[in-house]
Amino acid sequence: MLSLRRLSKSFAGPRNKTVLSGISLDVGQGEYIAVMGESGIGKSTLLNLIAGLDRPDAGNVSLGGTDLTALDDDALTVLRRRHMGFVFQAFHVLPYLSVAQNVALPLALNGVPDADMQARVAHMLAEVGLGEHATSMPRELSGGETQRVAIARALVHRPRLVLADEPTGNLDPESAAQVLELLRQCVKQEGAAGILITHSRAAAATADRIYMLSGSGLKEAS
Amino acid sequence: MTPRAGRSLGCTAGLTRASLRRRLLLAPLAAHKGRSSLSIFAIALGVALGYAVQLINQVAVNEFSQAVQALSGQADLVIRGSRSGFDEALYPVVAQMPQVAVASPVLELDVRVLDKREPLKLMAVDVFRAAQVQPELVLADAGEALDFLRPDRVFLSQPAAEWLQAEAGDEIGMQVGLSEVKLRVAGIVRGESLRQRVGVVDIGAAQWRLDRLGQINRIDLRLRPGADIDVFAARLQPLLPAGVVIERPEANVERSASMSRAYRVNLNVLALVALFTGGLLVFSTQALAVVQRRAQLALLHVLGMTRRQILAVLLFEALLVGAIGALMGIALGHVGAELVIQRLGADLGAGQFLGLRPEVRVDPLGLALFALLGIVTAVAGSLAPTLEAARAPAAQALKAGDEQRMFEHLQPVLPGVIVLIVAAALTQAPSVRGLPLFGYVAIACFLVGTIMLMPRLAVVFFRGVPRLPRVPARLAVAQLAGAPGQAMVSLAAIVASVSLMVSMAIMVTSFRISLDAWLERLLPADLYMRTGLQNEAAFLSPEDQARIRAVAGVRSVAFLRTQQLLLAAGRPRVLLMARSIDRGDPEATIPLVGPHMVPKPGDPPPVWASEAVADIYGYRVGATVALPLGGRAERFLVAGIWRDYARQQGSVVMERDAYVRLTGDRNVNDGALWLAPGTSAASVKEAIRASLPGGLNLEMAEPGQIRDTSLRVFDRTFAVTYGLEAVAVVIGLFGLSSSFGALVLARRREFGMLRHIGMTRGQVGGMLAVEGALVSALGLATGIALGWLISMVLIHVVNRQSFHWSMELHLPWGTLGALAAAMLGLAVLTALASGRRAMGEEAVRAVKEDW
Repeated sequence: MLSLRRLSKSFAGPRNKTVLSGISLDVGQGEYIAVMGESGIGKSTLLNLIAGLDRPDAGNVSLGGTDLTALDDDALTVLRRRHMGFVFQAFHVLPYLSVAQNVALPLALNGVPDADMQARVAHMLAEVGLGEHATSMPRELSGGETQRVAIARALVHRPRLVLADEPTGNLDPESAAQVLELLRQCVKQEGAAGILITHSRAAAATADRIYMLSGSGLKEAS
Repeated sequence: MTPRAGRSLGCTAGLTRASLRRRLLLAPLAAHKGRSSLSIFAIALGVALGYAVQLINQVAVNEFSQAVQALSGQADLVIRGSRSGFDEALYPVVAQMPQVAVASPVLELDVRVLDKREPLKLMAVDVFRAAQVQPELVLADAGEALDFLRPDRVFLSQPAAEWLQAEAGDEIGMQVGLSEVKLRVAGIVRGESLRQRVGVVDIGAAQWRLDRLGQINRIDLRLRPGADIDVFAARLQPLLPAGVVIERPEANVERSASMSRAYRVNLNVLALVALFTGGLLVFSTQALAVVQRRAQLALLHVLGMTRRQILAVLLFEALLVGAIGALMGIALGHVGAELVIQRLGADLGAGQFLGLRPEVRVDPLGLALFALLGIVTAVAGSLAPTLEAARAPAAQALKAGDEQRMFEHLQPVLPGVIVLIVAAALTQAPSVRGLPLFGYVAIACFLVGTIMLMPRLAVVFFRGVPRLPRVPARLAVAQLAGAPGQAMVSLAAIVASVSLMVSMAIMVTSFRISLDAWLERLLPADLYMRTGLQNEAAFLSPEDQARIRAVAGVRSVAFLRTQQLLLAAGRPRVLLMARSIDRGDPEATIPLVGPHMVPKPGDPPPVWASEAVADIYGYRVGATVALPLGGRAERFLVAGIWRDYARQQGSVVMERDAYVRLTGDRNVNDGALWLAPGTSAASVKEAIRASLPGGLNLEMAEPGQIRDTSLRVFDRTFAVTYGLEAVAVVIGLFGLSSSFGALVLARRREFGMLRHIGMTRGQVGGMLAVEGALVSALGLATGIALGWLISMVLIHVVNRQSFHWSMELHLPWGTLGALAAAMLGLAVLTALASGRRAMGEEAVRAVKEDW
């Protein structure tokens, strides 16, 4: 479903730096993988290339048969809107929207009718255990609860691919464990493919497969 | 659906796409109520000022135009001469022309009514002719109609009757020469369009009673059907005596309006300046708002909102701010216009529309224009930061701390430099229909170009700050040098308002000091007299002059005769001043500008033209010009150009002897008296009044009084200017406070970190105070330098092209020093107050904050 072929990316600057070189990867529907690596090795760059937020110097990214590198910014945005979900380390929920409104955002952007949107948001909030907090504002939630809002938002529109970048980086161990479990469960339940970027072994262990990103490329860990 | 989901559905029942869209659009504005309100307020203030000035001007000019049209009636053409008039023998010649259906002779004079300072417009008409051309003037009750023919009767318009508190049967006294002529009020003219103060008398009676026998100054013409008006006018013009023109009636509206146009346009421009400063404030607040929301906007892009949609959301916010501000401004402007007209009159204190009492009516075009201007200003102000935010790379913008990166980016220098070069080039462009339009655009370009270069200036300035001894101060300098874009955001409004304030202060000070010096120069005598303000029927006869010369204590007298000349159709009249002047040393009498020449034997008699005449009619030193005197075009040599601050429409000075020789007119209007040593001015005044019949009608003043009155009028005229300018400054100060406050709040994480690593609250406060002082110092230095530059444009381009006045440059050091101190103090206080607010929360929380 997701296919990366010989992806390369370098950044211009005073010291030209090649971050990724010849990266290839295949992720099937319903698969949940983890990518690990040292700080600064290019994990987030890889995620940005997959999401179409950055463009590779060489190689291509294909999602469901669509070559992302051939799309313009607007087409990439529409593709992200329909087929991708995101969970970030820093939560990134809009502070001026309620919990339900934050979760509904991808559905509204995709033009889902109101009745369907309400049902789907209610379902997802119930799934992440925030059914009672639909009208709460983000500032009223704990870190773990806020990240659960982000998970609900990432999956509410039934994306093909969920990208999670260090989703437990700002959480205490207990909340982190709950969030990781919830993320895996939701990804599997919704039949999406999932990529978890992390440098935590414990977090990576919740995935089906683990890949190590290093200077020599991306390799599956034994 | 699970039972849990069912319960949640109840809570999401109100969740709709429309409500979400509304929330996305409005919540960010609501979240920063203070900042949004400030932007709305700034736009409202600018729109209010612009609309109010526009409304007052429009209403006043409309009233004026209606009044002029009412006096012209149904005339197709008007033959018009100087106010002193032309020979009435022209009337039968014109009336008998085959194309002329009706010709109505008129003697139109402003005459002083005793006990009043302002004059009454007296329209002397032939009632039978006027009934066919200006029926409104002679529309009276049947019983009163015959009174039009009685020589001692006057009909008053309703406003004139109210002003004079007179009714039918009352007597009113008018000053003719120095004597009083009494006229009995016969009734009220019923013409509804006569909304100004007018008295209507029979022309024969007026010529006799006002000492104008054989003279008229207007003939109103109605042509026969089928006659081509323009062809007839073109054929008749060469047959008319010198100084007499034929024109359409509306030319007089244009002539009258042109006298105040420059003043009105300047006020409009000042109001637009307030709006422009408001636009810069919107720029600052919007720039800071999108910086703070950078990650939120990036998230929306990641989740699927296209860049165009993000741009539309942000522009909609600006549009909303502009629309609310514009609506408030329109309402405020309407109320303001009514208040100003009640308090100051329709001319805003400039003395242009005496006697008119206009009513404020909604002006749909002006309303739409200023509402649109308010919206466009808000949207334009937000455009640059909005575009930057919409284009920001989403992945990078999602990272904490990316906000500062926006300020690190340095824009190229070239666009700013090009804008400044364009500004410099525009200062050399000529006026457009007497208005310094390119001058205004040049000022706007100087402002915009300088603001565009602010980040570069900030880098040069802050990197040039010497190494300071204390760590907080060093950190402050490093922060400012590392974020040059911040200078543009926080300083845009303040540089604009400081520079405008400085430029206006320099211009007004230069003008005031130049005017004072001019008055000093022009008033060398011990005592001055005149026969009345704007009284065309008043004069001192040769006998009166002899009596004054003979008064004990009077050492010498210089008399002056003034007369209004019409040099070109459609242009205001030029004042001719015939006075004693030494052709070998004219500088002793009038302040000359530039080179002058002494006429050689055989040259025509000399005249000295004011700067306005030189600019408008192209008079140059050494040129020979023709002036209409006594019905003939007389040749004169332009011997010099002089500075005349009193007559914007232009004046020409000539020797009185030459004037008397050419016209035979020995009457005068004004006199300057030098007294014998030890003689008091008061005793001479009394003696003169006693020695002349009607001497009490003579106005006399010492030079100090005239100077004080003139400067008071000057200050009153500029009071409105100061008011408009103050608004721009207040908006600028708000800009400084709000942008600095927002910048400091956006750096809470940084302050939390500094507190963590051991900086005390006092040290962080000190760092902010140094930042505030340095940013303000840069803003002030730039604002003052730019203000000086703009003042040069105001003095040498705008003033010169608007009013044809030159002046010397004088810098108001005291005002500038006080301004600089106040601004610096305010900036430091704002920085400290903002810092206190930013550090009010726990430092730990601030470090963990992500939004």
